[in-house]
Amino acid sequence: MKETEVSIIVNGRRRSARVPPRMTLIDCLRDAFGLCGSHIGCEQGACGACTVLLDGEAVRACLIFAVQVEGQEVTTVEGLAADDGTLSPLQEAFWNHHALQCGYCTSGMLMAATALLAENPRPSEDDIRAAIDGNLCRCTGYQQIVEAIADAAEQAGREGEHV
Amino acid sequence: MPLSKLAGKASMSENQAPNYRYVGRRRRTQEDGRFVTGRGRFVQDVQLPAMLHVALVQSPYPRAKLVDIDVEKALTSPGIVAVVTGDELAEHVSPLLQGIDAPGVRSLPLAHGMVRYVGEWVAVVVAESRYRAEDAVELIEVDYEELPAVVDPEMAMAHDAPLVHPTHGSNVFLQKNFSWGPVAEDFAAAPHQLTYRVRWGRSSGVPIETFGVVARWQESQGILDIWASIQMPQYQEQVASALRLPMNAIRIHNDVDVGGSFGTKRGIKQTVMAGYLARKLGSPIRLIEDRLEYMSGGDAHGPDRIFDITLAYDGDGVVSSMKMRALDDLGAYPSRAVQQLGKPMTALCGPYRLGSMAYEAIAVATNKTAQVPVRGFGQAPTNYALENGIDRIARHLDLDRREIRRRNLIRHDEFPWKIPSGSNYDSGDYDAVLEKALDLADWGELMRWQAAQREEGRLVGVGLATCLEPGGGNNIYEHMLNEKIQVTGFLESVLLKVDGQGGVTVAISTHTAGQGHQTLVATIAGEELERDPDSIRVVHSDSLQALPNRGPVASRMAIMAGTATANAAKRLKARMVQIAAHDLGVAVADIEYADGEFSVHHEPSRKLGWNEIAFIAHRQLHRMPPDMEPGLQVLQVESVPGGGKLPDEKGEVQIYPCYSFQAHVSVVEIDRTTGSVRLCDHVVAHDCGTVINPQIVRGMIIGGIGHGVGAALYEKFDYDAEGQLLTGTLFEYNLPSVREMPPVRDIEHCTPSPLTSHGQKGSGEGGYLGAPAAIATAVNDALAPLGISIDELPMRPGAIEAVLHAAKAAT
Repeated sequence: MKETEVSIIVNGRRRSARVPPRMTLIDCLRDAFGLCGSHIGCEQGACGACTVLLDGEAVRACLIFAVQVEGQEVTTVEGLAADDGTLSPLQEAFWNHHALQCGYCTSGMLMAATALLAENPRPSEDDIRAAIDGNLCRCTGYQQIVEAIADAAEQAGREGEHV
Repeated sequence: MPLSKLAGKASMSENQAPNYRYVGRRRRTQEDGRFVTGRGRFVQDVQLPAMLHVALVQSPYPRAKLVDIDVEKALTSPGIVAVVTGDELAEHVSPLLQGIDAPGVRSLPLAHGMVRYVGEWVAVVVAESRYRAEDAVELIEVDYEELPAVVDPEMAMAHDAPLVHPTHGSNVFLQKNFSWGPVAEDFAAAPHQLTYRVRWGRSSGVPIETFGVVARWQESQGILDIWASIQMPQYQEQVASALRLPMNAIRIHNDVDVGGSFGTKRGIKQTVMAGYLARKLGSPIRLIEDRLEYMSGGDAHGPDRIFDITLAYDGDGVVSSMKMRALDDLGAYPSRAVQQLGKPMTALCGPYRLGSMAYEAIAVATNKTAQVPVRGFGQAPTNYALENGIDRIARHLDLDRREIRRRNLIRHDEFPWKIPSGSNYDSGDYDAVLEKALDLADWGELMRWQAAQREEGRLVGVGLATCLEPGGGNNIYEHMLNEKIQVTGFLESVLLKVDGQGGVTVAISTHTAGQGHQTLVATIAGEELERDPDSIRVVHSDSLQALPNRGPVASRMAIMAGTATANAAKRLKARMVQIAAHDLGVAVADIEYADGEFSVHHEPSRKLGWNEIAFIAHRQLHRMPPDMEPGLQVLQVESVPGGGKLPDEKGEVQIYPCYSFQAHVSVVEIDRTTGSVRLCDHVVAHDCGTVINPQIVRGMIIGGIGHGVGAALYEKFDYDAEGQLLTGTLFEYNLPSVREMPPVRDIEHCTPSPLTSHGQKGSGEGGYLGAPAAIATAVNDALAPLGISIDELPMRPGAIEAVLHAAKAAT
């Protein structure tokens, strides 16, 4: 199959590869760009493990072809921490609250939560639940995830930071 | 709901470990840092040069003769390297081990001659990319001769039922009767008997990561390297046997992060397949199941069980005896999952004071995907069945559900308590835990609230259930189901070492799927050695370096690896004391150790530091005691407490060693129109002895409850009457999302185990063992005013709507 050049700005850096037009964004991120932090759970848009930000909006990278996002900005879990390695408030809160166990859904959860707090820095518990209700976690029962997101929002609010 | 009065109450805990520096303290885990940065290393992240990819041809029929497989077109497809069918594999691979004695079963990764379930692997395509491999799957033409399937497990027992394995001669793979204590006498003496049937649906673990394996054959060394998403005792030896290799030719890389398992990821056929291909083709092989392959043909399905139970009891509701018949629908192969009928024998009577009991375990084959083990290994269905019966007695005698449990629970002063099948429960305070749950739920207020809601015509229910969580993994029940299995040792090991600069490293011998083993081991080693756990490195040895182990099953790692770590640390510290005493010229008894310093009693200025002793042991042998082994390392192998024995002449034997306990209160509301259930509140009081890391324990328990929500209300691998799988994606097989989860409030209780290093017990399963029973009884409590109940899980909206409709029609 003929391959196509694709160029995407991932975590602020332009990355290019020649990929088949049918290659999904998640496979492109993982296999062509070597960014394996985003995970694959169903390839049907049901689980949310592959959630990334596309121009700031949470999307499922298994339901998008890489060539569709030519020139757009994608943020993955690898792009959440600061350049010096300082974790984002959400990453800190997930760790502090043990908002994960196996860690497989965590990247998608973090991206969904990042999109939420960017749009709504003071979310209610219902807002938080709504933001992650498309992301399945089998380990935690979600409670510590909800607590972590609420805590990150509160911390950021207290410190006047952007999440 | 949530009740406004209760909504503000946070979860509670009690500090049960006041004398420990690290154990029981709220500390961040060692593991989470890599996951929040996307730096976990899962099997899908393993990339090897020249790696080839596999896609699967799967049977669309539940039962059919394999007449012909035409692979010619597929072989000419671009990027295709090979296609392998069952005929080829049968020549080169030995049949996979089954959990019971079934010589008529020949189980191979690929179907051979016949397919036995929808989704069974018929052929594999190996290609340069997974995309190419999937293209070629479409080009393979399989000629099937469709045959009638057997789907219902009771019909499978009929003499004229189609046979899943004709060479076995029957669909019944196990039928064993056990009787412990004076069952006949207890039943004869009991004023009341109650017989009932309940059914546990075919649900499972269903992790977000499917199963995957990467295999690489190194011809020069004769070693097959395996990276896999695995949770399987004896994985290395079973893979080796099937591939006709010695066990030490298989190197399992246990440092792969496993994306959830919950008991399910056994991976034998997948690994044998990948290993065979890697050797045949001389290239690394990557076999990652996609979601569809996983749900129908992978390690996906769990227990599917019909219980027929009779309880004997008196007018006060005191239960004296029980007869339980458990009929399990195995699916097409017995595999190891059949043993899930065995483990419940270690706690068949739950936390109750029964004097005798009889158990009939039956396992039948049907044309469904074979089962795998699931969290609790059969204990969740059994607990649901038992708790259902306790509530029935309460209803029959018009007893309060709390009161009937109080009358039957083993009392705190009665431990160790020997149950009829021979296991001693190590410790517990069931009454105290039950009362904590009732207090936190505010049972009295709940009852008033429920009465008020019912007045308004709402269908609200309150459920109460207890559960035991056996932990430790003495699998002697394997022998009880199959006498040919003469295995009495279920070991776990650690290697603890201090390097020449004083750094502490602990090597454990297994993989991890989210249980936090690094944190567990580092915390206990830190506690014993008085070193900061964050400074202790915990590594996963590969299987050629690993020490004897059974792995993280059976709620056993805190018990087994935890105790092994503590004992290793004590021995290591003793050696360091010996070195200090020798170097300082005093008796061993004169050395005191605290905070990394070894000083002479009453002469604190005479001392040696931790790092100095480490340097002596490694580099300054002239300062070492004579005859002491140089270096600082301890290998510690633990066996299960109370294990190592076959059953006695009465058939009694200690099975699991440690018993955790939980009490759950669940509150639900049912929508009269749709039959959907809303979980309004869920309270759990739990006692797993000493908690090592509170966040991990809380996470496991709440996560287990989430798993139980699915089993109770949503999840089922559903088949139609012809044997077609109806729920093969995550759109039909409904895992609970955050919307379906109730707020969970938890409270601890601590009854230390006398059998472990710090009093710890297992905690990975209890939430899942108790929640389904509590939720189910809450639903039936909601339906009680209508005179209806449901005795089958999952209680999906359609099933509830049907009984609501029928009840309405009847009035």
